[in-house]
Amino acid sequence: MPIVLALILIAVGSVLFHALSPWWWTPIASNWGYIDSTLIITFWITGMVFVAVVLFMAYCVYRFRHGGPERPHYEPENKRLEWALTIATAIGVAAMLAPGLFVWHQFVTVPDEATDVEIVARQWSWSFRLPGKDGRLGTSDVRNISAENPLGLNPRDPLGQDDVVVETGDLHLQIDKPVKILLRSTDVLHNFYVPEFRGKMDMVPGSVTYFWLTPTRTGTFDILCAELCGVGHPQMRGAVVVADEAAYQTWLGEQRTFAELSGMTTIMKANFMPAEK
Amino acid sequence: MVDAVIGSEPIPPAEVGEVELYHPHSWITRYVFSQDAKVIAIQYSLTAMAIGLVALVLSWLMRWQLAFPGTLSFVDPSQYLQYITMHGMIMVVYLLTALFLGGFGNYLIPLMLGARDMAFPYLNMLSYWIYLLAVLVLVSSFFVPGGPTGAGWTLYPPQAILQGTPGYEMGIILMLASLIIFIIGFTMGGLNYVVTVLQGRARGMTLMRMPLTVWGIFTATVLALLAFPALFVGAVMMLFDRVLGTSFFMPSLVSMGEQLQYGGGSPILFQHLFWFFGHPEVYIVALPAFGIVSDLISTHARRNIFGYRMMVWAIVAIGVLSFVVWAHHMYVSGMNPWFGFFFATTTLIIAIPTAIKVYNWVLTLWRGDIHLTIPMLFALAFIVTFVNGGLTGLFLGNVVVDVPLSDTMFVVAHFHMVMGVAPIFVIFGALYHWYPKVTGRMLNEGLGQLHFWVTFLGAYAIFFPMHYLGLLGVPRRYHEMGSTSFVPESAQSLNVFITVAALIVGAVQLVFLFNLIWSLRYGRESGGNPWRATTLEWQTPETPPPHGNWGKELPVVYRWAYDYNVPGAKEDFLPQNRPPEPSPA
Repeated sequence: MPIVLALILIAVGSVLFHALSPWWWTPIASNWGYIDSTLIITFWITGMVFVAVVLFMAYCVYRFRHGGPERPHYEPENKRLEWALTIATAIGVAAMLAPGLFVWHQFVTVPDEATDVEIVARQWSWSFRLPGKDGRLGTSDVRNISAENPLGLNPRDPLGQDDVVVETGDLHLQIDKPVKILLRSTDVLHNFYVPEFRGKMDMVPGSVTYFWLTPTRTGTFDILCAELCGVGHPQMRGAVVVADEAAYQTWLGEQRTFAELSGMTTIMKANFMPAEK
Repeated sequence: MVDAVIGSEPIPPAEVGEVELYHPHSWITRYVFSQDAKVIAIQYSLTAMAIGLVALVLSWLMRWQLAFPGTLSFVDPSQYLQYITMHGMIMVVYLLTALFLGGFGNYLIPLMLGARDMAFPYLNMLSYWIYLLAVLVLVSSFFVPGGPTGAGWTLYPPQAILQGTPGYEMGIILMLASLIIFIIGFTMGGLNYVVTVLQGRARGMTLMRMPLTVWGIFTATVLALLAFPALFVGAVMMLFDRVLGTSFFMPSLVSMGEQLQYGGGSPILFQHLFWFFGHPEVYIVALPAFGIVSDLISTHARRNIFGYRMMVWAIVAIGVLSFVVWAHHMYVSGMNPWFGFFFATTTLIIAIPTAIKVYNWVLTLWRGDIHLTIPMLFALAFIVTFVNGGLTGLFLGNVVVDVPLSDTMFVVAHFHMVMGVAPIFVIFGALYHWYPKVTGRMLNEGLGQLHFWVTFLGAYAIFFPMHYLGLLGVPRRYHEMGSTSFVPESAQSLNVFITVAALIVGAVQLVFLFNLIWSLRYGRESGGNPWRATTLEWQTPETPPPHGNWGKELPVVYRWAYDYNVPGAKEDFLPQNRPPEPSPA
């Protein structure tokens, strides 16, 4: 009965592979531990179902093999058994769905204290924008994009003048401060993916997408693109540095604002803005 | 009882005359421009397998690149994207859809229902030739400047029609044209299958006596007729965007430093259209597989399918639900995140009828008389891989769990297991099962054993560990991982292992092809009903059945398709056209 052995091998082997192989997710660096917990619940429920079904099949094939001890039995239906299995399945499904939706509600509910951070993608690099002292990002439009204004910020929008633009370099975030990640693309679909944060979201030209997170561990993490964006897709890398407050402020002080970068400081100040340092 | 009287009469002359109208009179009309559903089925199947071989070779090249990056000098990032795109589209549409509906649908629907042919034989013939044209247009894209499109099989705009994506010049135009042609051809065939099932059944073949194979193919065809139009309009609109400069899917954007003239369109609209087709497509492939495997299990376990009525309703329920789950492919697409609640709920609900089907397959084995024939072995392998792939679907369907896994190799592993490996196991089982009816000879058992064992264990070894690459965070559609801080070196050894397994599994398919050809001439003669099966296709007067299938008299059906080991019966099976024993009065 090689097939019986093969079925047992697959059930047991899959569990052993899961338990013993060195390949598992990278340690988390955000508040989304709930996602990991939901994943673990799902692994337990689905793992038990898989092992049970495959082992039961192996048992059936062994016991009811042709020429074996049992005689076949004609039984078109068994209402009680069918309903019992249906209800048990529904309970199992609910046990996964309920925590899943609970966590999803948190995922889509951005806390009020979250600060905006904008990530801008283009083929095939990342740029970042942080609100300046006013705490608000200025408007943008791809029609404004030029060599001097690669992110397409609106040069007439006073709110955007003090925005901190990180054209080349890493994104820095402050530990334990929730951020609302605003995602924008100037050409094709991209996806902002930092495995340690667990969250990810597509960036769609023509609209601004978002998700939120709170970094919980300092360090430097890779940014990958997770939505096919052409031949440079795998090389589209960046880095995000999670730092404590002092280090973050030091970094922030070294960055330049949109106004400084575009050399329009004096004009804008004269026309629109109250004098400020 | 009335049926029996009618059944003993010769068929009315009018019916014979109608058959004569399209009866083949020359070699060309018999084998090339044939209107016989069985010949069309073989044409569909051979074409699908031929184009499937192209997709198989592409998968070898991709796997080689992933395990040993840079060792094949002609594989560059553009080529790799073209391979994944063509592999995916060929496998899903031009192989699986065409083989299940055009191949098995054409062969089995008339025979299993006791009909002489499809309702519209001429349309049926056109359907095949238009399908062939679609395949040729698709293949031609390998030979145009810039090559085939490398946009991924999902063809997401704006990327699909812009610089930076291989094949944006001609490849994408040919891909969209080919899909449009395919859908036109499919619609002709699909309407035919539906009308034949509803109108062409033999006397006594009520809907609730139909074999589950027919239920699966019928429901899948209805889904396809409703779902393909969404892809059709999506393809036409994108073609307009590419060729005429419209902006259905194109917002204003800057491509490679240049402001383009597009503006105001929505890339996500295309995703909705694509997945409104794309998710039912999963079940267009899966439902025929569900139906066929039910019949394989019942026949080779010599036991009635357990819970037939529940099985029928589960097929119908899955079909209906499959139209309200599409956006679970778009949880991280940037659509309104509140949609996630609805689509996660519908998606997990669909797990319930699907689980019922699994239970009933396994409970059919329970207290059966299991013959471990090759079709049965493939059916068992199907259950294992389908359960595995179905369960990982619960990860991806549960919106928040999908977030870290979406767009990683976990997704690739999941859909290959559930809609690649599992349905293909059913196809193999079905080919071993019905080959004797098609050719009059059995496939070679020894070669079949070799084919089964390598394919089953090999395919599991490819796709089970692949999930863990996704858990690590390896994104899909990367021709090489490059260096990261979170993927350990050892992941590359896993890639090598998967590639070696894939090459072996691919190679053993050549053994299967050899078996198909060799057994045509040298296979053991099978007789008309080698598996002692109940369904009508095994009760034809001649094997292989000639045009018109049934000779002078159409069969009359007295019972359901699953009378195996009925208490008190002399044999362990009662064909559907066996009249009831006169009750001892």
